[in-house]
Amino acid sequence: MENCYCIEPQWPADELLMKYQYISDFFIALAYFSIPLELIYFVKKSAVFPYRWVLVQFGAFIVLCGATHLINLWTFTMHSRTVAVVMTTAKVLTAVVSCATALMLVHIIPDLLSVKTRELFLKNKAAELDREMGLIRTQEETGRHVRMLTHEIRSTLDRHTILKTTLVELGRTLALEECALWMPTRTGLELQLSYTLHQQNPVGYTVPINLPVISQVFSSNRALKISPNSPVASLRPRAGRYVAGEVVAVRVPLLHLSNFQINDWPELSTKRYALMVLMLPSDSARQWRVHELELVEVVADQVAVALSHAAILEESMRARDLLMEQNVALDLARREAETAIRARNDFLAVMNHEMRTPMHAIIALSSLLQETELTPEQRLMVETILKSSNLLATLINDVLDLSRLEDGSLQLDIGTFNLHAVFKEVLNLIKPVTLVKKLSLTLHLGPDLPVFAVGDEKRLMQAILNVVGNAVKFSKEGSISISAIVAKSETFREIRVPDFHPVPSDSHFYLRVQVKDTGSGISPQDIPKLFTKFAQTTVGPRNSGGSGLGLAICKRFVNLMEGHIWLESEGLGKGCTATFIVKLGIADQSNESKLPYTSKIHENSIHTSFPGLKVLVMDDNGVSRSVTKGLLVHLGCEVTTAGSIEEFLRVVSQEHKVVFMDICTPGVDGYELAIRIREKFAKCHERPFMVVLTGNSDKVTKESCLRAGMDGLILKPVSIDKMRSVLSELIERRVLFETS
Amino acid sequence: MEDVIHLQTQLLHYKVSLFKEGYLNDQFKELESLEDESNPKFVEEVVAIFFEDSHRLINELTKALEQKCIDFKKVDAYVHQLKGSSSSIGANKVQMACIAFRNYCHDMNIQGCLKCLQHVKEEFALVKNKLETLFKVEKEFLDANASNPII
Repeated sequence: MENCYCIEPQWPADELLMKYQYISDFFIALAYFSIPLELIYFVKKSAVFPYRWVLVQFGAFIVLCGATHLINLWTFTMHSRTVAVVMTTAKVLTAVVSCATALMLVHIIPDLLSVKTRELFLKNKAAELDREMGLIRTQEETGRHVRMLTHEIRSTLDRHTILKTTLVELGRTLALEECALWMPTRTGLELQLSYTLHQQNPVGYTVPINLPVISQVFSSNRALKISPNSPVASLRPRAGRYVAGEVVAVRVPLLHLSNFQINDWPELSTKRYALMVLMLPSDSARQWRVHELELVEVVADQVAVALSHAAILEESMRARDLLMEQNVALDLARREAETAIRARNDFLAVMNHEMRTPMHAIIALSSLLQETELTPEQRLMVETILKSSNLLATLINDVLDLSRLEDGSLQLDIGTFNLHAVFKEVLNLIKPVTLVKKLSLTLHLGPDLPVFAVGDEKRLMQAILNVVGNAVKFSKEGSISISAIVAKSETFREIRVPDFHPVPSDSHFYLRVQVKDTGSGISPQDIPKLFTKFAQTTVGPRNSGGSGLGLAICKRFVNLMEGHIWLESEGLGKGCTATFIVKLGIADQSNESKLPYTSKIHENSIHTSFPGLKVLVMDDNGVSRSVTKGLLVHLGCEVTTAGSIEEFLRVVSQEHKVVFMDICTPGVDGYELAIRIREKFAKCHERPFMVVLTGNSDKVTKESCLRAGMDGLILKPVSIDKMRSVLSELIERRVLFETS
Repeated sequence: MEDVIHLQTQLLHYKVSLFKEGYLNDQFKELESLEDESNPKFVEEVVAIFFEDSHRLINELTKALEQKCIDFKKVDAYVHQLKGSSSSIGANKVQMACIAFRNYCHDMNIQGCLKCLQHVKEEFALVKNKLETLFKVEKEFLDANASNPII
């Protein structure tokens, strides 16, 4: 033993201490050996540990420390050098490794710490995402709820169902204790409790609308929390232990049809709101969440829309019912009007016949009377009777053709006539009456008034007679003055009529007739009514008989003659002035001597007979054939007759100057006949004049005759004068169209 | 002398009554006006033709309306002819009856047609009677006048 490292222990006999040291070292070593095992075990288990080689290092460090301590066990007793060497080696190694580890840890620990921070960060993030997802889920749920609610609400168009459903669904979705709807009353000054969820409260309970809490809710479109003590919220009878749940109120706009503009969402245009109050269950710690409030707001809007739809539907149903009623009423009115028109037409048709019959008798008998021996006075009287009755007959025709007048299909019978004579006749007709009434009658004809004019003589006379007659009728005393002049442009300026612009020309002149009377006059408010059919003034002395038609017909005639008629009066008792202007044609010299269209019985036209004129008459009716033949024979013609078309075509030749064809038999196509005749005579230039006899006076017949190339058309029954004038026309002018 | 005047008055009255009652209308007057020296019996001739024609037409109408299958077109044609004849004479009532008859024809109303035919027959008989009486009185007057002319 060279190096005896036997160290004499300081305290050699302290065995207890030694024992404790021995045991502690042993346990330390054990621990030191087991820690790395544990580490390895757990690291093996975990997948993620990044610093394995650190572990190895650490493990080595620990193992060596353990080894050191273990070897220490042997150094308590006498030990050999080998042990000492081993011990030293172990310690050296341990030192190296520990230092290395220490150095390593300087790098690693910050890393490890940062891992921890990251972990914390991720956890926070996860928590945040969780929260967000929670929010989204709630939103989606809210959305689902709203959709469902909307669906429920909008699935009906009945107002009550909508509101009830709203409350029920809201109650269910939000788990409410109570839900109520307050509607404004008709006056708009109060809110009335209209619907509640649980029906525990008296419906009909009202609160005034201008409570501050209500105004507050109405002024905002959000759902606002209100105090459970406010009158709108205190719906349940208070029992002591209740801690009322939170209450929220929201406004529901009540929209009208007029609120829906095309491009406008009716935000501010409505003034009427209902109030919806929602109460959470009492005694629960629930609070109104934001998403719940949003849900309530959305529902309130949807309810508003649904209600307005229901309102629109109600309106349109009502409008439709109204329209149907109106339709029915209109239909009835139309049928009544039609019945009235038919009744009137029937009446007119009957009266037509009834009136014409006596007229006929009068005219017939007067003309017969005229043929007998009479003294000059008697003759004059009979002539007056005849003229008056002719006029009356015309008037009857016109009255009974009132509808034709109104249609505007009445046409004037234009012809040349003696204008001065017309006025003289009027005078003659009126004179007896004025003599009886002791009125003075004067006539003034303008110096440049032509003697002859072209127009409808009968109707002009009727108009003048009507106006003068009125003047006489309504004057008890005084004078009547008639003046007739040619209207010049100065006189036109007097006329205060807006759309009457008379334009005199070379072929026309305007006749102005003015009748002044000193009679009872007309009050200004009656003047517009004067020309109304059947209107009679009820005030004043103008209630003498009369159909009230006179002036209306007069006006129509004057209008047809492109003129204007008006009355002026200064008032009751101050007389009246009636003026009218009509357009008449200027008669040229050659017409003066002719006058072929007068209906005066004793006038003879130039040609009284047509000696030797060869004519051919075609008519399949024996009687009318003979009559026509007789007529023509009386006029001096040489007449051949044909009873059928074949016979006619056989017999017709160049010698016949005129052919008369009766085409009113059904089955006879007169027009085809005309064409065949023209064909027959196409080669020679002298074809006979073709005149058609027919009973039809309508436009269609006239037009077809024109188209077929007929030279004339006569309406049956034919009088001798008519026949005479037709023949004259044909011979003279080689053209004629229609005489009736 | 008095007889002649009496006859003349009677004639005049009778004529007037015929017009008043609507048996004859203006057309008859026209016919009368066509009568002159060259054509002295014009009216009588025409009236005779009328009677003949109308007899024939009425018979045809009766036959046609007795058929099982009535040919309304033919009936209408006959009535049209009758209407034409009567209007040429001036037989007013017959003409009116024919017009009504035609309407029923257009409506193809058998009962109406039969009724109208009956009416036409009656009217025709009446007017024939009246005209014959008229001619008789006229002849009497003319004969009396010829022997005792006052005009």
